Amino acid sequence: MIHEYEAVIIGSGGAGLYAALEASKKAKTAVLSKLYPIRSHTGAAQGGISAALGNVEEDKPEWHAFDTVKGGDYLVDQNAANILAETSVQAVYDLENRGLPFNRTPEGLIDQRRFGGHTRNFGQAPVRRACYAADRTGHMILQTLYQQCIKNNVSFFDEFHIVDVILDQKKCGGIIALELATGDIHIFKSKAVLFATGGFGRMFSITSNAYANTGDGPALLLRKGVPLEDLEFFQFHPTGIYGMGILITEGVRGEGGILRNQDGERFMEQYAPKLLDLAPRDMIARAIMNQISKGKGIKGDQSIYDYVHLDATHLGAEVIEEKLPEISDFSKTYLGIDPAKKPIPVQPTAHYAMGGIPTDENGRVAADGKGSFYEGLYAAGECACVSVHGANRLGTNSLVDLIVFGKRAGVEMAKFVHGSHFLRFPKHPPKSGKALIEKLKENRNGPQPEKIRSQLQKYMTEKVGVYRGEEDMQKALTVINHLREEYKKVSLQDTNKPFNTHLLELLELGNLLDLAYATAFCALDRKETRGAHARNDYPERDDKNWLKHTLAWLKDDRVSVSAKPVDIVKWKPKPRKY
Amino acid sequence: MKITIEIKRFNPEKEKKSYYQKYKVDADPNDRLLDILMVIKRRIDPSLSFRKSCGHGVCGSDAMVINGKEGLACKTLVKKVADKEGAYIRIEPLRTLPVQRDLMVDQKKFFKNYRKVKPFFINEKEVSEKERMQSPQERKKIDQATKCILCVSCYSACPVIQKENPMYIGPASIVQAARFIDDSRDNGFDQRLPELDSPDGVWSCKNYFFCTQVCPRDIQVTKIINMTKKKIKDFNN
Ligand SMILES: Cc1cc2nc3c(=O)[nH]c(=O)nc-3n(C[C@H](O)[C@H](O)[C@H](O)COP(=O)(O)OP(=O)(O)OC[C@H]3O[C@@H](n4cnc5c(N)ncnc54)[C@H](O)[C@@H]3O)c2cc1C
Ligand code: SF4
Ligand code: FES
Repeated sequence: MIHEYEAVIIGSGGAGLYAALEASKKAKTAVLSKLYPIRSHTGAAQGGISAALGNVEEDKPEWHAFDTVKGGDYLVDQNAANILAETSVQAVYDLENRGLPFNRTPEGLIDQRRFGGHTRNFGQAPVRRACYAADRTGHMILQTLYQQCIKNNVSFFDEFHIVDVILDQKKCGGIIALELATGDIHIFKSKAVLFATGGFGRMFSITSNAYANTGDGPALLLRKGVPLEDLEFFQFHPTGIYGMGILITEGVRGEGGILRNQDGERFMEQYAPKLLDLAPRDMIARAIMNQISKGKGIKGDQSIYDYVHLDATHLGAEVIEEKLPEISDFSKTYLGIDPAKKPIPVQPTAHYAMGGIPTDENGRVAADGKGSFYEGLYAAGECACVSVHGANRLGTNSLVDLIVFGKRAGVEMAKFVHGSHFLRFPKHPPKSGKALIEKLKENRNGPQPEKIRSQLQKYMTEKVGVYRGEEDMQKALTVINHLREEYKKVSLQDTNKPFNTHLLELLELGNLLDLAYATAFCALDRKETRGAHARNDYPERDDKNWLKHTLAWLKDDRVSVSAKPVDIVKWKPKPRKY
Repeated sequence: MKITIEIKRFNPEKEKKSYYQKYKVDADPNDRLLDILMVIKRRIDPSLSFRKSCGHGVCGSDAMVINGKEGLACKTLVKKVADKEGAYIRIEPLRTLPVQRDLMVDQKKFFKNYRKVKPFFINEKEVSEKERMQSPQERKKIDQATKCILCVSCYSACPVIQKENPMYIGPASIVQAARFIDDSRDNGFDQRLPELDSPDGVWSCKNYFFCTQVCPRDIQVTKIINMTKKKIKDFNN
């Protein structure tokens, strides 16, 4: 089936929905999503969304921008960070005006709380900047935006899984998608396409990410010759539920929670004397791994799968029920632990991709590191890299990113489609997506996909995790490459057309393999420690050689890298102490 | 421990009738039921079909009928439904909606009902300050209802929809309506009234309380429905 829409948005998380609201005001817009919109992983975001409202204490967008740059270990594009910090204030009011039920101060204003790395006056002390709706902030954002889309009659194609994009040189003419219900292939001709497909934490075994977070958008584009930026920077959130990876929000520490080792020591005193448990995530994740390797984890076995305690027992049952009810529910449900009474066992969990599809501040996808762009191709949200998060994202800054840059991309698309035409459509639209499916069908008696998946996740977690070294990553690359070869032989075991979730899982696995391959390659390439990328063989930041973004390309099945300059307009890199 | 999972299967493309299929699996009492389903799908039978995403009870994808009662597979630990070696767990698709394949049901009707109550913020007055003011007490009034993840459990469990009035808009829609009606900032009550104050609206509810019992978000669904009834009565008087 062939459809024609001026603008097509892929993904219905916070970024996709916000873009849809804007684009649909002026352009005929369709939103495609492999999940029902309200099932998107934005709904899992817990702790908050930052904006310098100054509702409970003095705050300024400039401080927010600075914290973002410093938190990102100076790999942040500073103009973009300024836009983020300045626009976030109005963006949060916009959400509130559209009904988002934020928690309130006694005066009736939006309440704000502390979060890691957010400070007053350029690093002096923690500041209360995170606006929150209990620990369901993402759920409320997703709901509010979806409700607004209903109000504004946005057209949705639910459970459509994108398998290919139509690119003619540097112009985008539409996309190709597989409909889950029928198994049919649909072509969407379009003048502008936005990728808002979210993160890809599922390449790791311990992750806070949903099953659906498989990086379909970035992987697809990578295979089409579009470069991806800064893949080596993957954030490990310090507090995932032990053994499961389910996130325990930083909001717990924002409210006063403390990390403790085997001896009950508040070990963050040794690593970040000023901000303690509210230091940025990369530092805390490393501190935990450090404690563990010294045998100070709770088990004390020095394995990377050991854990520490997150102690919230002193906060009192009331604060926990008022401000952290979900956390309390998770820990009771999955661990049988009431956090008001006993500490929560936690370990670092793969959480957030700082890297992704390179864009400018209006969501336009970059074609190289020199300032040229694709026409009609956009990206926003976690799958994109603006880059406002640099080498390490601060908590609450992703939700800001979604609404600030999702909106800007939507506005830009609406503008673009008015002056432009549909691409002269190729007589034979690309077969690659379809071909992939056909091939899976042809294979006979291939290897079990589950073996490939679990090997991939194991190697990424153990060898390209919180700490990385040359030898380990070499090993990971060799294994992943082998797994990619194995994947080519995998066979489709369920050949029904309608509702073939097995087929979708296979496609997702292919995407994870390519992205993991590029991620490990970039991580091996960057010979320094910066933000979330911590090398035990190169433990220092090296501004002389590495103050640059990485662009990764996939050609003939092999990765190569080039550089993209960092935009440093205001704050020169300084040592990063907290 | 070894347990048996018995799953109701149906592929309308190929089969005339549904049937139960048994899988013997190794399970840890602390596993999520979703973990077990994933093991079956990924290691034993790739054709088994169900939805899932977040894996921790916040996205609403994997509601199903577990041992006769609606619940989220990812929020149900094995030990809650199987207490000993050799235990059986029976899993069936949600009720009241057509089965698409195995544990997947067609949610169109559910979302159509949801849309009927105008589930969005209504207040066309320009905001003079930056945010619309709301006290913590006013905010608290809507806390319960805002937790709904539209998982369809309540709709499936409702005896009214099952046996008496399939056109009833259902518990979740009323919860969603109440989320706005009870919001001190919203003034769309009259716009929502026609759907709510009708035989297929709140008056269909007979207080069976099944919705409240199955809601994985611990929302007091029936109470919210009754409060909405009262609001409508007060308004009409
Ligand atoms: C547990 C958790 C808690 C978090 N808490 C916070 C927080 O408190 N504050 C904060 O700022 N950030 C937080 N984050 C990060 C933040 O929530 C995410 O980065 C953000 O929500 C991603 O939004 P998105 O719109 O880019 O993608 P998502 O919300 O993940 O949406 C992706 C969309 O793309 C669609 N899609 C994907 N692939 C395809 C395909 N092949 N075809 C069609 N559609 C496709 C999906 O269906 C989905 O609709 C948290 C993240 C997690 C995991
Ligand atoms: S009210 Fe509860 S059971 Fe019903 S849809 Fe909402 S979350 Fe699910
Ligand atoms: S998978 Fe999201 S609620 Fe169960």
